[in-house]
Amino acid sequence: MKKKFNILELDVFYTILAIVIGFIIGAIFLVIAGISPAVAYGKLFSSVFSKPKYLIWTLIYASPVIFTGLSVAFSFRTGVFNIGAEGQYIVGSLTACVLGIMLQLPPVVHAIVCILGAALAGALWSFIVGLMKVKRGIHEVLSFIMFNWIAFYLSNYVVNIPIIHKEGGGEATKDVAATARILFPQSIIKLTDCSAANAGFFLAVIAAILIWIIIEKTTLGFKLKAVGFNRSAAEYAGINADASILTALSISGALAGIGGAVQILGMGGRLSQLAAQEGFGFEGITVALIGSSSPIGCIFSGLFYGAMKYGGSKLTMVKAPSEVINIIMGCVIIFIAISHVFKTLFKRFSRKEGK
Amino acid sequence: MNLITNLGLLLNATLIATPPLLFAALGSCFSERSGVVNIGIEGMMTVGAFTGTVVAYFTGSWWIGFLCGGLAGAILATVHAIVCIQFHADQTIAGTAMNFLGTGLALFLCKSIFENSSDTPALPSTSTMPKLFAGILKVGTFSGNVFGGYIMSYLVFVLAIACWFIFYKTRFGTHLRACGEHPEACESLGIDVYKVRYICVILSGFLAGLGGSFVTLATVNQFRPNVIVGQGFIAIAAVIFGKFSPGGATGACLLFGLCTGIKTLAGMTNAVSPNLISMIPYIVTILALVLVVGHAAAPAANGKPFVRSR
Repeated sequence: MKKKFNILELDVFYTILAIVIGFIIGAIFLVIAGISPAVAYGKLFSSVFSKPKYLIWTLIYASPVIFTGLSVAFSFRTGVFNIGAEGQYIVGSLTACVLGIMLQLPPVVHAIVCILGAALAGALWSFIVGLMKVKRGIHEVLSFIMFNWIAFYLSNYVVNIPIIHKEGGGEATKDVAATARILFPQSIIKLTDCSAANAGFFLAVIAAILIWIIIEKTTLGFKLKAVGFNRSAAEYAGINADASILTALSISGALAGIGGAVQILGMGGRLSQLAAQEGFGFEGITVALIGSSSPIGCIFSGLFYGAMKYGGSKLTMVKAPSEVINIIMGCVIIFIAISHVFKTLFKRFSRKEGK
Repeated sequence: MNLITNLGLLLNATLIATPPLLFAALGSCFSERSGVVNIGIEGMMTVGAFTGTVVAYFTGSWWIGFLCGGLAGAILATVHAIVCIQFHADQTIAGTAMNFLGTGLALFLCKSIFENSSDTPALPSTSTMPKLFAGILKVGTFSGNVFGGYIMSYLVFVLAIACWFIFYKTRFGTHLRACGEHPEACESLGIDVYKVRYICVILSGFLAGLGGSFVTLATVNQFRPNVIVGQGFIAIAAVIFGKFSPGGATGACLLFGLCTGIKTLAGMTNAVSPNLISMIPYIVTILALVLVVGHAAAPAANGKPFVRSR
């Protein structure tokens, strides 16, 4: 029997539907607040699409959340829930920043060292939590939450250490050495008129493809998925479940750590004292969900999130609260979470039509 | 400064830091034990904190604000309940959405009401939560520090005892615990699993909302961004730490509260970096987990959507 192509079978269809519904609900709130949705959404879209420069800013905003999204998606696929991407992101950015300030290395090499350092820090941060889980049976959600806060205060502590801290200037570190930055060459920056144009997005795409290969095409990925799917069955088949969980968490942590490095070496250039967790880890959860936990999906959902973040930051210009983005995102997640309800509903409807 | 005064100050700081966590943690116990993971506590606390302040600001009454804060949390929890119970959504995902919605709604409405300001005006002292024995006990004395805290700082412990009673001494408590372990068995015995879970999830939002409005009505006297800063997640951590029981969660919240108290006191001397001191509650928790508590078994059916058989 030939299978007919049916749009109602596609996950993407329901994701787009959820996004549309999210925007409609956001519009309702804007109307209640006395703001024209047309004006607000118009500003949102024009801030992203009206100039090439804005599109590059979207890529810059998207890069770190693609990494944290990949981190969470990878953990979802391997059966653990990495709610600690926030902390891993922070130790990653911290490590990259410190290495970027303290070391003196030639360009490119310096950046690579910083990124590897950040990956290692993120992996370690996540590995400890994994160790507590497999050795002592401690719920990973609990220890991740603790580790997020320890990372947060650790970062603020290091920012204020005299050799790292910028003398006299604000609550931030010194600038990362130019050799460690992943900015594009001056000629491209001039051409695009975007001061922070950097290679972060390309790194994110490469990482997404690598993670896709690991999950779908390697024995390692198969093992990790098997443990996540059914631990006892995997152990029965001779897979070392503890080792798999530790590997999965380390890879997941490394991804979030690189996300932090990309933000510092790309856009930030220095680390500021944080007043609150910046939420890259939690945004990663959203990116992973919208991307159906697929690494390639994360590229697109990360771009969507990046666009919403960048466009949302311009909403204050039309006096619309930028928090409408959070409301839209919350609704999008809800409607993705219940997309199976729509699926059954539509299918029943289309079957009736067919009769 | 002598020992007695310091002890008094420490207890005072503990009594301020514990209640928001304890309200939220008790709520979380209900939800988790009935079998619904509620990771959206943070968002529910935030809407509670905002609504509590706004209502108290316009009515001039702290307790109406306090209750409305709870109701706001309950409304958000109702959405969570419908999505998780009726539509069998993944509960962790839905909870993440609640956090986005909660913080988003609170700040959105705040900016809409107060001319694009993300802070509400400060509450006048007449519409904030009163202190116990105000005017009778001297401020700054040991007894004043220990017994002169905010009213809800003491009532929350009464609530904790009430929760323990409901959990282990009432029919409903038995039902809710059973629903979290084996909903199919409950259904076969004629217990309405959906109804029990609805009640528990909505209650968890209500209590989280109360916890949130405690922060703004008692401690801070104002709503502003980051006023909750992760306390909802700490409450969830306390529940896991306390092995999903009201008594255990109370102990865990007191430990957090005490560590926060130590942090506040140590911060006054400025001898050690405040950032290092701020790590104390989290490091103590990790150590306690690794050395003492160990494995915390979640209710067997926790997080698994239950589909009613017809």
